[in-house]
Amino acid sequence: MLRVEMKITRNLTGGMPTPMRLRDLIRQIRAARTAADERAVVQKECAYIRSTFREEDNTWRCRNVAKLLYIHMLGYPAHFGQLECLKLIASSRFTDKRIGYLGAMILLDERQDVHLLVTNSLKNDLNSQTQFVVGLALGALGSISSPEMSRDLAGEIERLLKSSNAYTRKKAALCAFRIIRKVPELMEMFIPATRSLLTEKNHGVLITGVILITEMCSRSPDTLQHFKKLVPNLVRILKNLIMAGYSPEHDVSGVSDPFLQVCLLCNILFFFEQVATNTETSKNVGNAILYETVLSIMDIKSESGLRVLGVNILGRFLLNTDKNIRYVALNTLLRTVNADYNAVQRHRNTIVECLKDPDVSLRRRAMELCFALINGNNIRTMTKELLTFLEKADPEFKSQCSSKLFITAEMYAPSKRWHMDTMIKVLTIAGNYVPDDVVGNLIQMISETTPLHAYTTQQLWNNLTGELATRQPLVQVANWCIGEFGDLLNSSDGADAEPANVSLFLCEKSFLFVLCLTGVYFFSVFYPLIYLFFFHIRRIKKLIDIYGGNINIEIQQRAVEFSALVTKHNHLRPSLLERMPAMESKNPSGSALQNGQATEDELLGDSTSKDGPHESLTSTSDSSMFLDLLGGTSDIQATSSEVIKPTAPLSVSSDLLDLLGGLDSSTQVAPSPGCDPCVPELIMDGLVTPEEQKQTIPSLTAFEKNGLKLDFSFEKPVDNPQMIIILLSATNQTPTPMTDFLFQAAVPKTFQLQLLPPSGNVIPPSTDKGVTQTIKVINPNKSQLRMRIRISYNISGSAVQEQTEVNTFPSVIWE
Amino acid sequence: MIKAILVFNNHGKPRLTKFYYHYPEDMQQQIVRETFQLVSKRDDNVCNFLEGGSLIGGSDYKLIYRHYATLYFVFCVDSSESELGILDLIQVFVETLDKCFENVCELDLIFHVDKVHYILNELVMGGMVLETNMTEIISRIEDQNKLEKQEAGLSAAPARAVSAVKNINIPQQIKDIKLPDLPHIGSFKF
Repeated sequence: MLRVEMKITRNLTGGMPTPMRLRDLIRQIRAARTAADERAVVQKECAYIRSTFREEDNTWRCRNVAKLLYIHMLGYPAHFGQLECLKLIASSRFTDKRIGYLGAMILLDERQDVHLLVTNSLKNDLNSQTQFVVGLALGALGSISSPEMSRDLAGEIERLLKSSNAYTRKKAALCAFRIIRKVPELMEMFIPATRSLLTEKNHGVLITGVILITEMCSRSPDTLQHFKKLVPNLVRILKNLIMAGYSPEHDVSGVSDPFLQVCLLCNILFFFEQVATNTETSKNVGNAILYETVLSIMDIKSESGLRVLGVNILGRFLLNTDKNIRYVALNTLLRTVNADYNAVQRHRNTIVECLKDPDVSLRRRAMELCFALINGNNIRTMTKELLTFLEKADPEFKSQCSSKLFITAEMYAPSKRWHMDTMIKVLTIAGNYVPDDVVGNLIQMISETTPLHAYTTQQLWNNLTGELATRQPLVQVANWCIGEFGDLLNSSDGADAEPANVSLFLCEKSFLFVLCLTGVYFFSVFYPLIYLFFFHIRRIKKLIDIYGGNINIEIQQRAVEFSALVTKHNHLRPSLLERMPAMESKNPSGSALQNGQATEDELLGDSTSKDGPHESLTSTSDSSMFLDLLGGTSDIQATSSEVIKPTAPLSVSSDLLDLLGGLDSSTQVAPSPGCDPCVPELIMDGLVTPEEQKQTIPSLTAFEKNGLKLDFSFEKPVDNPQMIIILLSATNQTPTPMTDFLFQAAVPKTFQLQLLPPSGNVIPPSTDKGVTQTIKVINPNKSQLRMRIRISYNISGSAVQEQTEVNTFPSVIWE
Repeated sequence: MIKAILVFNNHGKPRLTKFYYHYPEDMQQQIVRETFQLVSKRDDNVCNFLEGGSLIGGSDYKLIYRHYATLYFVFCVDSSESELGILDLIQVFVETLDKCFENVCELDLIFHVDKVHYILNELVMGGMVLETNMTEIISRIEDQNKLEKQEAGLSAAPARAVSAVKNINIPQQIKDIKLPDLPHIGSFKF
């Protein structure tokens, strides 16, 4: 049978076997069982097609190109067919042209070189008598034209825009649209022809005409003016559409030509209410129109009545059973909630219901909308809903939701206690998905709310149950709180405190467990708990020593530090483990601690008032030493075996006041004996002009004795005129090194002082490179700075301590 | 503006791909695969709008899709198009296919890809909506088909003879009769 076939074929077609038909090729490809089979079939056919292309055989070219396009869709390379497409386009037969243009649209694009060769054929076809040929050419032009092609053929398009054939006109309109996109300068050419597009009866022409006009208006405001006069025409068209009743050709589900309506609405300013009330919403098309109406209302800045109408329509959408409608409604509400807050509030309950929708994209939008709608009145109910939502939310929502909850709780919390409760709940529910900044901010907030310390700590302690591994942030916050306020766990001071009756045994169990998880953090808990369980210190120490050999370096380090602290440096313990003063809040909406509220008490690490900023941001050793320095040590140590009371003994503070009292008075206090301040001549004063902000301010030798020299050099930062940065440089002019160098300073009440950590505490001998330390001083009152400094170091085995006052700061630094 | 129109079946095999923006071939295939992965995961009772995958432009573009029997019709559009409007457009497209092919099914799309392309070219041109009137589109398509047949008139005689000979092939005819009845996409309801 096959041989007979082949014989007949050969006789009829002069030897060349007929190429396979497209559908046979498709059948063969589908019959292939494996990808390799398919590839084999395709490659064989491609080779065949390539050879036929080379032989310039006209008869079957279109069939071959059709096969090539199919192969291309499957993903195989087909670029060798590009020239063939051109040849097909140049042919006179409609069939060839059709497949040729299709091939050109699929295989060619602006970046190919072959592209330009189409221009000539296009020109010829645009002038053809057959409307379909013209249509083909316009279609191709509208899809793949390049700027050069557009420029060449724009004239033809303009002519065709005025053609009497509706089919041609609408295609020409879209071509013009594309040309304007590619080559905006050609826009003027098309304006006169466009007006007449709108008077057409044919809806296709109307749609494309409106699209063209919209594009023109969006590109240039002049055209907008020009076309404004046409608006009543558009309105009339829309009105006819709505009122005309049933027209079978344009009907889609009972509404006449929704597409044109949608199109027109993008341009019309009036008639919204008519559309809204007359359009039936039971079908998708009605809703499409309403949706477009709402979008238009929101885009133009309508008066409020219209906007409320828009929001109400959206609210009705939300109750629709169709999820698509709900989606677009939520989307649009999100965009408009800022503008029409009150109107959207009315639909709050529906939005809250959407939180429980099975569709994830709806839930996400509902969540964002809920956050936008929270205010002081509805915070409690909304938060309850959102917490329920958080429990069931997907992981990607949890982190977003928890950080947003934190922000809104901070803004609108009715009471601090409610705030704490909510945040603890969030931490418990959201587990590991709480982002780090929430943890940080929460800790800072807790440290500020003094009366609730006991309550918070007890609540956190109670919540430390269950799956701690999945609640790291909760563990971290609880950890910090217990570390700071562990002594309050058993107390009943403060608002709503419930003594937790914690025993060491419980502590051990839970801490050991959590220790394995968060290792490092938990060590800090132990330090203050020493006070709580001072009697059991040996047991605790034994626990910690186990970790002294832990693989994790951090844990090991902390464990060793801890043991060392407990055994060797017992005297430092009390001061080291003092309660941290409340942290500055970083955001302006917080309790707004200004940088300038330090009193000299806080300066010296007195923990009487909790609202001062840190004196030194870093090494606690500085501050603890400072306490020793100022004679408070003995008093403080006496309280070591009980809970450290928040109020340090008053005697200490009075001492300190005395010490620094002298700095406030205008009379100079004689420096303590032994000091020999070396006052440099401020020779350079005259050379420094006040206007220069960052100019060289003369440096100052603050202290010089026994080979130790302290130099101050100054720098004024440009952004903060009240601050001066002092760079201390300590040099050793003796042949022996100085070790354990420590520098301390105190300033009068009106100033603020910040000591940054020194570069080291060993000053090598006889070099100019000693220890450097940065001191920041803020002088809001621009008064004269005076500083009392104390220096201590070890040299050749003996400890040296010096104290002096520096009054000779150059006044230019405060200009 | 419509960026791409993709039609693929439940296994991800492309049945029609039309891009209105230039992508190299391998990128086109990747986009089809990525879109299939995004769309096939969707449950049937969720909304028909998705954000575009990273290859096709990310969150600036939306994928609006409809699932009919074994085929997904996906339109990738930018923000200037109305989502609900495009849903309607997909509906019109499928209804037109139905009228042109008489109870269209997936096999029709497979074997007549070029015809589907011609129909699509009447509907969307250069990424913009051209015509939405079904009757209009169908009448134009029929006119063009008539034109083709006229041209093929005389010169197609050898081809027709050969195909007549080929069609005598009885085993092939039997195979044709036995083609399985695939579900057609005739009955669409909202």
